[in-house]
Amino acid sequence: MLRLIKYILYDILRNRFILFYTLFLFLSTYAMFQLDSDTSKVILSMLNIVLMVVPLVSIIFTTIHFYNSYEFIEMMLAQPINRSVIFMSQYIAVSVSMSLGFFIGTGTPMLIYGIPDAGYALLLSGFMLTMVFVSMAFLASVITRDKAKAIGMALLFWFYFVLIYDALMLWIVYTFSDYPLEKPILALISANPVDLARVMLLLKLDISALMGFTGAFYRDFFGSNLGIYFAMSVLILWVVIPLWLSMRIFRKKDL
Amino acid sequence: MISIQEVNKNFGRLQALKNINLELVKGKSYALIGPNGSGKTTLIKCILGLVIAAKGKILIDGLSTAGKWQYREKIGYMPQIGRYPDNMKIGQIFEMAINIRKHPGQIDEELLSAFRLNDMYHKRMHTLSGGTRQKVSAALAFLFNPDILILDEPTAGLDPVSVELLKEKVIRCKEDGRLIMISSHIMSDLDDLASDIIYLYEGDLLYDNSIDTLKSETNESRLGKAISKFITQTHSIHD
Repeated sequence: MLRLIKYILYDILRNRFILFYTLFLFLSTYAMFQLDSDTSKVILSMLNIVLMVVPLVSIIFTTIHFYNSYEFIEMMLAQPINRSVIFMSQYIAVSVSMSLGFFIGTGTPMLIYGIPDAGYALLLSGFMLTMVFVSMAFLASVITRDKAKAIGMALLFWFYFVLIYDALMLWIVYTFSDYPLEKPILALISANPVDLARVMLLLKLDISALMGFTGAFYRDFFGSNLGIYFAMSVLILWVVIPLWLSMRIFRKKDL
Repeated sequence: MISIQEVNKNFGRLQALKNINLELVKGKSYALIGPNGSGKTTLIKCILGLVIAAKGKILIDGLSTAGKWQYREKIGYMPQIGRYPDNMKIGQIFEMAINIRKHPGQIDEELLSAFRLNDMYHKRMHTLSGGTRQKVSAALAFLFNPDILILDEPTAGLDPVSVELLKEKVIRCKEDGRLIMISSHIMSDLDDLASDIIYLYEGDLLYDNSIDTLKSETNESRLGKAISKFITQTHSIHD
């Protein structure tokens, strides 16, 4: 398995996309530190990059990579190698390189300027989102044979979790505003990894005090250790479930 | 060696293999023939586990292959269209295959040197012509001295000299007592290489016997003639 991962990593590093991604993250983080001396504002600006760009790049790059390594997968499948091992090697190689790119890109400026309070939380949520969206990309890739369809599906996942879901949630909040919604909303947040990461991060910053009673409620929940564990476990589920599903499909796939 | 029992496979509504029963034994070489789309490649891919049979069993050396992968150590497979990572060099492909398999026995590099692939080690896969790709596939199939060789249209796209080299290699392997399965449309090639015929038509197994039997049944001395006579006979019965 390690040998396989080594070859896949070599292949990923050969096309310089991950390098550009790292550089982009580095430059934007660095620029935000330059623009603002208040570190929590820097984190807030970074939040948007972490919540929008990281999932988008992760899911699209992974889908394209999967189809580009179709030949490699085909060649390996004729060898005495377990299908699950081939699949897991792909997942590990892609998620390791994507998360390393993210850590180096956003982490280095933080090291230069001193790590802000919520810096670790930012790195953690970015890492988890990378893992989640890489996982979803694998699901999109094994469902269909057609590259264009898979990329379309990957984009749809992204649109859904980053944009459409929030609109739905706003609609629900608006329609049912006469009822106490804290707990249902908590459940709804858990059903979207991006929201989960956002809430986890926002509550690490002090601005949640501005959000009134609801903010206080969530701060109570997510601010506590229990809340952090809860959010992390749900995020891990968001990694494991798509991965498990795609592995199941891949094991029975005709190639 | 290979026992195929009631194997069925369908792609959507298309039934690619219909209840195939076959016993393939060591030391024989089988010609897998049939018109385009008759299920030859599907049958080969089922044996390799690239395509998962819907029903039925495939045993290799008495052990079921379903969900297993270790048995592929015994098989050398030359695909019809060899697809390899584009930006790898020929040398890297072989190095990777050897590295990943960790084959305990001897490595057979005869075809590598016969096809002069050694001189092209630095060429990237996407720059290769179809014929050179075929050579890479062939050399890979023979690389680990497998007991079973499955060649899917091995001579298509090869130049005459390379075809002869490959045929000689196959004949030597046959004499070694290995099991060989070749699918091809070129009857003259099969006449030299194969001892038995497997004829598939639209997923049905229509003939499975030795070439000599077929020739005496049809009173023809050449395989090509014998096959076409057999085909016209059976199809007139079927229609």
